[in-house]
Parts: sequence; structure tokens; C-alpha cells
Amino acid sequence: MKAGWEVVIGLEIHAQLATRSKIFSGASTAYGAAPNTQACLVDLGYPGVLPVLNEEVVHMATMFGLAVNATVAPRSVFARKNYFYPDLPKGYQISQFELPIVEHGELYITDDEGRDKRIGITRAHLEEDAGKSIHEGLERSSGIDLNRAGTPLLEIVSEPDLRSAKEAVAYMRKMHSIVRYLRISDGNMQEGSFRCDANVSVRPVGQQELGTRTELKNLNSFRFVERAINFEIDRQIEVIEDGGEVVQETRLYDSDKDETRPMRSKEESHDYRYFPDPDLLPVEISPEYIETARQQLPELPTAKKRRFTDQYDLKPDDADLLTGSRPLADYFEAAVAATGAKPQLVANWVIGDLSGALNRDSLEIADSKVSATELAGLLTRIHDNTISGKIAKQVFEAMWAGEGDADTVIDAKGLKQITDSTAIEAVVDEVIAANPGQVAEYRAGKEKLIGFFVGRVMQATKGQANPGQVNQILKKKLHD
Amino acid sequence: MSLSKEQVRHIAMLARLKLTEEEYAESVQKLSKIVDFVDQLSAADTRDVLPMAHPLHAVQRLRPDVVTETDERDYLQENAAAVADGLYLVPKVIE
Repeated sequence: MKAGWEVVIGLEIHAQLATRSKIFSGASTAYGAAPNTQACLVDLGYPGVLPVLNEEVVHMATMFGLAVNATVAPRSVFARKNYFYPDLPKGYQISQFELPIVEHGELYITDDEGRDKRIGITRAHLEEDAGKSIHEGLERSSGIDLNRAGTPLLEIVSEPDLRSAKEAVAYMRKMHSIVRYLRISDGNMQEGSFRCDANVSVRPVGQQELGTRTELKNLNSFRFVERAINFEIDRQIEVIEDGGEVVQETRLYDSDKDETRPMRSKEESHDYRYFPDPDLLPVEISPEYIETARQQLPELPTAKKRRFTDQYDLKPDDADLLTGSRPLADYFEAAVAATGAKPQLVANWVIGDLSGALNRDSLEIADSKVSATELAGLLTRIHDNTISGKIAKQVFEAMWAGEGDADTVIDAKGLKQITDSTAIEAVVDEVIAANPGQVAEYRAGKEKLIGFFVGRVMQATKGQANPGQVNQILKKKLHD
Repeated sequence: MSLSKEQVRHIAMLARLKLTEEEYAESVQKLSKIVDFVDQLSAADTRDVLPMAHPLHAVQRLRPDVVTETDERDYLQENAAAVADGLYLVPKVIE
């Protein structure tokens, strides 16, 4: 970004809540059903129907409020947000306006300098999703699928505390991780279960007053959030530096062209005429209810990261990676519990070879072809010197390919490490005898050559000699 | 008149109503009367009154998170003006 400018960003995140049924009806929320097979009379806005609130969404919103250190409102109210669009059958969306269920929360992110930064959460409110309009393949019509209508959403609104696209992404990732830890949303971005709008403005450094903001829509991946915001920052600075003015408008991000453009030039100003929905009574949440929910809170990413660095003595970056998702953290802890190997070694393997293999096969940790116990079995064999770390990689690949557990693979392939010092000494003697020139150089002071000798011994033993022992024996013999 | 013609025009636009000039004149009068009537409430001192969200002194009943509805698409779409491949058809929406 250009020097002399400051960026101000606030995010609105829509997290789809992972309920079985809709927020106000008993229709299913399962993804991918044939069009309109999960849209009942309530979702279709038929006359005479009444919405009845799903108790699970209240519970989920409460858990969320507690997780971000917010106030869970003792009394909250649903309101109608009025606008016309074909995928909104009632002509209004049931949302919350003046009295949302969650207010005044906070979230800590790591800023660009690696420090903790507090991001305020203004509010989080419950609302229903709209249906989906389909334009492709239809000549003079649009098709409407109302399966999604009435799906519960939690809209999480941040304070304008974010100062760069990177911070916005860090905030969004943290929020993504929290809703998944709480198991209140599956966070699936391809299916639209976790999406984001960004309010972006720029101002000269030192200026108090905020610049005119634009709202960016359609940001359904972490990468797009970063790119769209960066494009928009540059665009706004250019407009102002050219003597123009930023227009307050809604802009769509086009990922193909990597640019934002205004949604509609003559869009009428928003006038939603919110009012309390007479079909729904106020929602009351008792202190006892909140206390019960507090007992059910899982350990959250920040606390888990702190515990991982303290209890397992992990590098902070590794603890951060491992606690990014709850299943990954659980996998790590299960593996640590099942082996005597050092937790940092387990962490290296989970972050390295295991994550690499998962990525390669596009698998989630839950579908890993090597279980936590199996990985622990492999690491135990490194720990007790049965195999070297290098051979272990070979064993891991065989395990991944379904050739059995670590011991089976080691036996079948004859990969057991040579720890018999007589055997190693014999090989070392051969290597020394075969390379008189290098031996002379080494003895004359070129100690870097130790690597050469280790390499030759490992080659001769097909990598199965214990590297520590090889080093020790080589040094002893070369110094004789 | 408590409402201007411009305000009524805005309200009509939000409600997607197409009014004639005569209807506008009439609406300005009638709607202004309603607003004036309700405006009498402003005379009441409401400093110690909590905003009312609902006239009933009751709390929202909650429903267990259970799927209770079955697929009635074919039956429900008998009411629709146009359908295709399970979709409700509407005049083209330009984005």
C-alpha cells in the first residue's frame, strides 16, 4: 500500500448455523437437495403460517457470544427487514435490529508485526437466509430455488478496527476457526456456509474523520477477501489522488478479472423499514441458561495454543498451525498420548509429512489414511532407534499406501536400523580404506568432510545405519 | 400536510406501487391524516417507558431442532404461475 495512507476495514461475516432444521420451520437444511424439495409453507411465506424459533440457534448464538467474550442479551427481538426480491417470498427477511442476541465482543488476532491485536465485535444477530436465484440456462426467466430460504445465519459484525487486508484475513480465519471449534457452523466456504462482506475506506495518515466507505460483496474465500480489499484500497487512493471522491456504494468482487465494480449505478438508497416482527415474541435468556452453556464451551484456539506451547513445549508457530482446527489438534494430542517420542517430533510429522500427504490426496484429517495411533507407532520406532527419521519417511509412505502399520512395514522391507556397532565399524573401516585422499584431507583439518564420510556409510548401509552412531564411530576412527 | 408528495412517492416506490397523479394527491392527504393521528402519541411522556416489542407479555416458545416437514413440492407448485425443473420461474432478474 502507498505510504501516507491509512486503511479502515470492518467485516460482516455470515456463518450458516449447523442445525438440522431451519430457523423458523421444520424443513431440512441439508445441502444439495433437488430444488424446492426442502421449502415448506413457512419458508414459502404462505398466508396464515407462523414462524417458530429453533431452540438450537439460540444455544449456538449463546455459545458464540461466550466464546468471543460478549454480552449475551437477556432479551432480544426479531425484526422484519423489508425489501422486494424474487428469492424472498415474504417480502421481508426476519432478522434482528435494535436488540440483537449478542453484543460487545472481542477477538484477538496476530497483526503484521506478530503482536496480539484486539478486534472489537459490535454485534452478532440471528437471521434467516434467502433463497437462490438461478440465471443460467434460462431465456426470459430466472429460476428460484427456495431450499436455502429460512436457513439459520449468524451475522457477525466487527468494529472498523482492521487496518490491512492481511489483518482482515487473519480476523476471518480466527472467526472461521472459532465457529468450527464450537461446532456451530461447518464453515464450508464453497457451499456458502461462511461468507463475508467488507466495508473499506482510506484516509490520509493523521486524519481523524473516516473516509467514505464502499461495501464489497461476494467474498467467499480467504484469498478473495485479501485480493478484493487490496484492489479496493488502491482504487480508492487513486480516485482521491486524482482529485475525485469515493462514492459510497456496494461493489461486487469479480475473481476472474481480480477487480471490484459497482453493483448497480442507480441503486435506491437502502430503506429497509425495520420493525419488530409481530409473529415472534421476544427471546429471553436466563443467567442459568448462559451458565449451562458456559460449562459446555470447548477449549478455544487461543487457550489451546497457549497450552500446547506450555505443556508440550512446542514452537509457537507450530502450536498455531496445530490448533487451527480442532480435529487436527485432537489428532496431535492422540498421537502424543500414544508414543514416548517428543511432542515436537510429533508436531513436525503432523505438520510436515502427514499434512503433505493429506493435501496431496485432498483429504481432511478425519479421513487420514494413517491414524493418530499408527503415526504414534511409527514415531515410537524413531524414538527407540529402530529406524532413522529418513527411513521413517519411507515407512510412512508405505503406511499411507495401505501396506500395514509401522512394524509390519519395517519387517517386510527389512528397514530395521543397524545399531550393532561391530557391523557399523566394519562399514566405516571399508569407507576409510576406499577413500585415502579424503581421509588425509580430513586429518589435515578439513573437518567438513565428515559429511562426505557419513554419506558414504549411509549409502553402503542403504540408510539403515543409525546416523548418531555412524558419526561417533567415524570421528573416533578418523582421529586414530 | 405532514407528508410531502416526494415522501409519498418514495413510499410508493418502496412498496412497488404505481400511482396516478390523482392517486398521489389523495394518498398525500390520507397518509398525512394517519401520521397526524399516530403523532398524538408524541405528546405522551415516555421517559420511563421501555420500548415495547410485542403487546403480549409472553416469551418466545422454542421448537426442538427436528426435521418435521416432508417434500411437498409437486403439490405446492400447483399454485405457481410457472415452474421448470423444480424451480419457480419469475421474470428475468438482472443483476
